[in-house]
Amino acid sequence: MTTNQPDPRSWTVRLRTRLARTVPAGQLLPDRQPAYVRSWIYVFGVASLAAFVYVIASGLVLSLKGSAWWHTSSAGHFVNSTHLWSVELFFMFMVIHLWGKFFMAAWRGRRALTWITGAVAFIGSVGTAFTGYLSQSNFDSQWTAGQAKDGLNAVGIGSVFNVLNTGQMLLWHVMLLPLVLGVLIVLHIVLVRRHGVVPPFDAIPPDRDHAEVTGPPGADDALSPEPVAPVLR
Amino acid sequence: MSATARSRRSKATRDAHLFPTRPYDLVKEFVVAMLVVGILTVLLAVVFSSPDRKAVTLAAWAKAAPNDVVATATAELAGTSTSAGYGPPYNHAAPGQNLGPLRLQRLGGVRIPIDSANDLVISPLSAVTGDAALSVALRTWRSASDVQRTTWAGHYADALAAVADGDPAKVAAGTYGPVPILANRLMSLARSGSLEGLLTSGGTFYSSDETKPLLLLTDGTYLEEQARADHLGGDQWGMMNETGNYPGQPWMWLYTFWYQVKPFSTSTNADALVWGLMAALTLIFTFVPFVPGLRSLPRHLGVHRLIWRQRP
Repeated sequence: MTTNQPDPRSWTVRLRTRLARTVPAGQLLPDRQPAYVRSWIYVFGVASLAAFVYVIASGLVLSLKGSAWWHTSSAGHFVNSTHLWSVELFFMFMVIHLWGKFFMAAWRGRRALTWITGAVAFIGSVGTAFTGYLSQSNFDSQWTAGQAKDGLNAVGIGSVFNVLNTGQMLLWHVMLLPLVLGVLIVLHIVLVRRHGVVPPFDAIPPDRDHAEVTGPPGADDALSPEPVAPVLR
Repeated sequence: MSATARSRRSKATRDAHLFPTRPYDLVKEFVVAMLVVGILTVLLAVVFSSPDRKAVTLAAWAKAAPNDVVATATAELAGTSTSAGYGPPYNHAAPGQNLGPLRLQRLGGVRIPIDSANDLVISPLSAVTGDAALSVALRTWRSASDVQRTTWAGHYADALAAVADGDPAKVAAGTYGPVPILANRLMSLARSGSLEGLLTSGGTFYSSDETKPLLLLTDGTYLEEQARADHLGGDQWGMMNETGNYPGQPWMWLYTFWYQVKPFSTSTNADALVWGLMAALTLIFTFVPFVPGLRSLPRHLGVHRLIWRQRP
């Protein structure tokens, strides 16, 4: 006898269930936000994302014509300029976003991984931008490589990550690091959508019946395994 | 439940989905952000463009500062250049820097072996044909003992340092062996534009590895002089600056900062120390949610009151 019931042993069903659990229905693209989300500081997360899109887009155009194009073509130089300035904006927005989240202690309520993915994405962005400077094939690249090799060699990294090897740096810059960064950013956004925007300190939902606590107390409740019992007031 | 537990629990963070909501158009917000950031990016690109100072070629170096090339070639032969005495990952000439008991530089191993005298001077010169004096000089060099080679090159380096501008034409006669000819011919080879190809080819048609020409260039003083004139020196916040009046990499300010202050600015172990410190600070930054005291700091700073002006 056949049945339309999903087979719980199916890997596809398991993956679907896992994905549905990760971001509950309606939370991936909600059309409402908590009422306390009412500040300009919240704009800088999406501004960082928008700048990242321009960084990738301008980088893709530069890739189309090859690494030396921007030295010889005014159009190429302009695209390089948009690449540079979108990177500068990306970092500016990201730093403001980061400080905003720090002042909110946005890791509260089991959001530690959200903070960590954001922090690692920031560090990864620094590395990606750095390899960009090494890949420019101009005076800046020469000098930056000559200086940076000493720091990297001093801690043994230079033997596998050779900043004087332009081919290696270019591939890290256009492929490896953006890929890792893209995955981190997607993960970060999924976690933001999963947990929602962190509430203000000590805020209590007006509906007492739903005053559920999602982690251990205060600013220390960054990574609680399970929600604890509702608060009775 | 104890009073303490009750108090702590009352401070717990509630689920964001339990609070009253208001309409919020995320897609519209993203589209507006794309528009604004796009306009800003294009405006900045149009108004400020981007820096692109040409790379210093070995030919340009030889034409602008031939005496520096001669001095650098001599130092490579004497084993006294920066790369010759570097240690890992290029050679075993020095133990390298350490972080306390951790000899991380040595631990990385010699994975990019460079013999400065042979790889940066003798090997490219060996490709030159039709120069009888050079052929004799190369034969003399190869047949000499290591001690003899070092003595010749050391004497010539001292003689160059003793004359104005390091001008080889002003050097007094001495026991320099074939070193003056070798150094002079390397300068000529650089000036002709052939040296780069000889240093990067490594027996292959394609090359994307500039390790050797960059080591040779950074062993000289010309590149550094150019960089310092463009405020790029290590003690000029150089790692975060770029040529011209451009912002460079301001996000590296903390890393660059340590090189400006003692004990880092005067330490021969500065790179390892700065990297160790930055690694520790990066770990703290990443794991702020678990650092007692630091994770509670935002509550006490009170900046959050500017963000959340109304209590939900």
